[in-house]
Amino acid sequence: MRLELGKIKIADVQFSEETKVENGTLYVNKQEIIDLVMEDDHIVKCVVELARPGESVRITPVKDVIEPRVKVEGPGGIFPGMINKVTTVGEGRTHTLNGAAVVTCGKIVGFQEGIIDMSGPGAELTPFSKLNNVCVVVEPKEGIEQHTYEKAARMAGLKVATYLGKAAIDVEPDEIVAYETKPLLEQVAEYPDLPKVGYVYMLQTQGLLHDTYVYGVDAKKIIPTVLYPTEIMDGAVLSGNCVSACDKNTSYHHLNNPIIEELYKKHGKEINFIGVIATNENVYLADKERSSNWSAKFAKYLGLDAVIISQEGFGNPDTDLIMNCKKIENEGVKTVIVTDEYAGRDGASQSLADADPKADAVVTGGNANEVIVLPPMDKVIGMLDYADKIAGGFDGSLRPDGSIEAEIQVITGATNELGFNKYSATTY
Amino acid sequence: MSKYKVVHYINQFFAGIGGEEKANIPPEMRDGVVGPGMALAAAFEADMEIVATIICGDSYYAENMENAEAEILEMVKSKSPDMFIAGPAFNAGRYGTACGAICKAVKDNLGIPVLTGMYVENPGADIFKKDLFIVETKNSAADMRKAIPKMAALAIKMAKGEELGSPSEENYIERGVRRNIFREKRGAERAVEMLVAKVNNKPFVTEYPMPVFDHVAPAAALKDLKKAKIAVVTSGGIVPKGNPDHIESSSASKYGKYDLTGFDYLTDETHETAHGGYDPCYANSNPNRVLPVDVLRDLEKEGVIGELHKYFYTTVGNGTSVGNAVKFSKEYAQELLADGVDGVIMTST
Repeated sequence: MRLELGKIKIADVQFSEETKVENGTLYVNKQEIIDLVMEDDHIVKCVVELARPGESVRITPVKDVIEPRVKVEGPGGIFPGMINKVTTVGEGRTHTLNGAAVVTCGKIVGFQEGIIDMSGPGAELTPFSKLNNVCVVVEPKEGIEQHTYEKAARMAGLKVATYLGKAAIDVEPDEIVAYETKPLLEQVAEYPDLPKVGYVYMLQTQGLLHDTYVYGVDAKKIIPTVLYPTEIMDGAVLSGNCVSACDKNTSYHHLNNPIIEELYKKHGKEINFIGVIATNENVYLADKERSSNWSAKFAKYLGLDAVIISQEGFGNPDTDLIMNCKKIENEGVKTVIVTDEYAGRDGASQSLADADPKADAVVTGGNANEVIVLPPMDKVIGMLDYADKIAGGFDGSLRPDGSIEAEIQVITGATNELGFNKYSATTY
Repeated sequence: MSKYKVVHYINQFFAGIGGEEKANIPPEMRDGVVGPGMALAAAFEADMEIVATIICGDSYYAENMENAEAEILEMVKSKSPDMFIAGPAFNAGRYGTACGAICKAVKDNLGIPVLTGMYVENPGADIFKKDLFIVETKNSAADMRKAIPKMAALAIKMAKGEELGSPSEENYIERGVRRNIFREKRGAERAVEMLVAKVNNKPFVTEYPMPVFDHVAPAAALKDLKKAKIAVVTSGGIVPKGNPDHIESSSASKYGKYDLTGFDYLTDETHETAHGGYDPCYANSNPNRVLPVDVLRDLEKEGVIGELHKYFYTTVGNGTSVGNAVKFSKEYAQELLADGVDGVIMTST
């Protein structure tokens, strides 16, 4: 499968009569977005606001972040199984509004929603402070059940991202990058002397606000499967607004998976990138056993020499991470795991809930328990009401002046476990 | 500006009193510098001064720990110093352990910054590196000339309350504390580079060496369940409706103790979960799913268990550090013992 990603660089976002891209500015028709979101009867109100890098703006409670994309050549459409038909994607050409994103927010569904600051110390910890964000603030119908609200908010974000993506169809990309992975036997034959490398993609599947969708299927109902890396760039894997904000993989993270990107950079030079094994992080022990058995089986079956394993979330999924690592190493396949840490606010406790001597190659996105003070911002998109309640907040997190003292856990993407950031931890 | 006042601790050998044959001398305090204190004082230049030196025999300390510690603490207190420094002890085991123990006692009791120095394999380093800053020295006093400036530099920063850098920047032994940093490359790039090194059998450095956990041996089985008082404890976050003590949804800093008197079962009217790490809908609609009061009451009525303890203890396990969890359980385990509880059912999520 060969996919060209045509990146249209977006440096600004503005409201306008017409939704379009011109000279690096994304123009947005506010009312068309509102109308699109209000198609869903579960949503009674929708507000659209813009947030640009450097502004004194706080967006919260953030559910998902999505990069607008559109397929311009090749089979299928973007976000298969969710927005478009379940056609297998990952071939042809896709345009992306690089530098723009849709951010969904609104009253919390659970505890896991996050904060994006567009300036100040919090902005340094989230990649989304560098984007031109179209924020969709939704208000659910009174009394609807949490799962229904989550789905409505999730679909609203995907619909708006699809709508904005369409503005990129006829725009000449600033940069075109091609990615290619061939069918297994051909790919192995192409670089016979390079180590065969795979990627074990652990998807968060612990339940409400801990779900991920693969071609529209709730990933807790899958058994591990194999994907071409380019399928993921077309939205084959999407977030169900999962887990603590700091280490949730938003849909933006999935679309721009940095491990896939970095593996491609060395593809054909130092490694032979064979493909992606997608697996889940279910809560039942039998599911954990089955899925880790299967990821190890696939690693062997595909003839891999080494894999990177990435995690999403923490605590319970630490066991999935270690089970995957141990079983894959036992098959003679070398591993590097990518995780983050919960070492306590003082950094003195064990960072993971599970461990094994075989996990001797670890990349960390930092200690999520670190406390930060986020100064007040001139403008809040969404609402501050939940700062004490969201995961990483505590009684008194929200101070009278509008500043927030909380663990960096509250910051969307701060300790990302796909290695999206430079933030990390070391032993002092 | 006046100089920071330092009290320095050394053993009989470095005080020039004698070797093993003098190791039993009790603590004494002298004004000003003695032995290695001279070089230390010189390295402090204008910032700090050593106002007194406490000398104690290594054997005396080892054999009279409690008394020696109390005596030394009194001596330190009498000088109201800004900082306390011990050693360096290099690879001398008893001396290193004494330096570590006294530093910790001074830090805990007087709340002033403390510093010592020793070889990384000194048993004192292993015991105290988590609690203290210990400047890393070589294994013999031949390293004195190099060790002293390192200790002086770190001591000045600590006395001034300045932010300390990494172990390698400040020359102290790793304390096992995780601190966040920005690295030069993003995590994914580092992961791929690590993988390429590993698959080619080249050296690589893990960013997080695997932790070691305590293993708690299971208690002996209860002899007679029919007479046993059973308590139920959870990390699943079940709390009275409204979460009256505001237990955090993640990284809990506290636990709750709540009365079960009068509850045959829990309902969505009376209880809910504060836990932010799982789908709360099912626990909220029927909290017995996490805290099985309904079934335990049945077992109580059927005579399978003697009685259900009056209180349940609860916290949120989500992202809560092992350190906090240990602290909570040490406290409420004592209460459970005092209340005559024979067995505890712990539920997690």
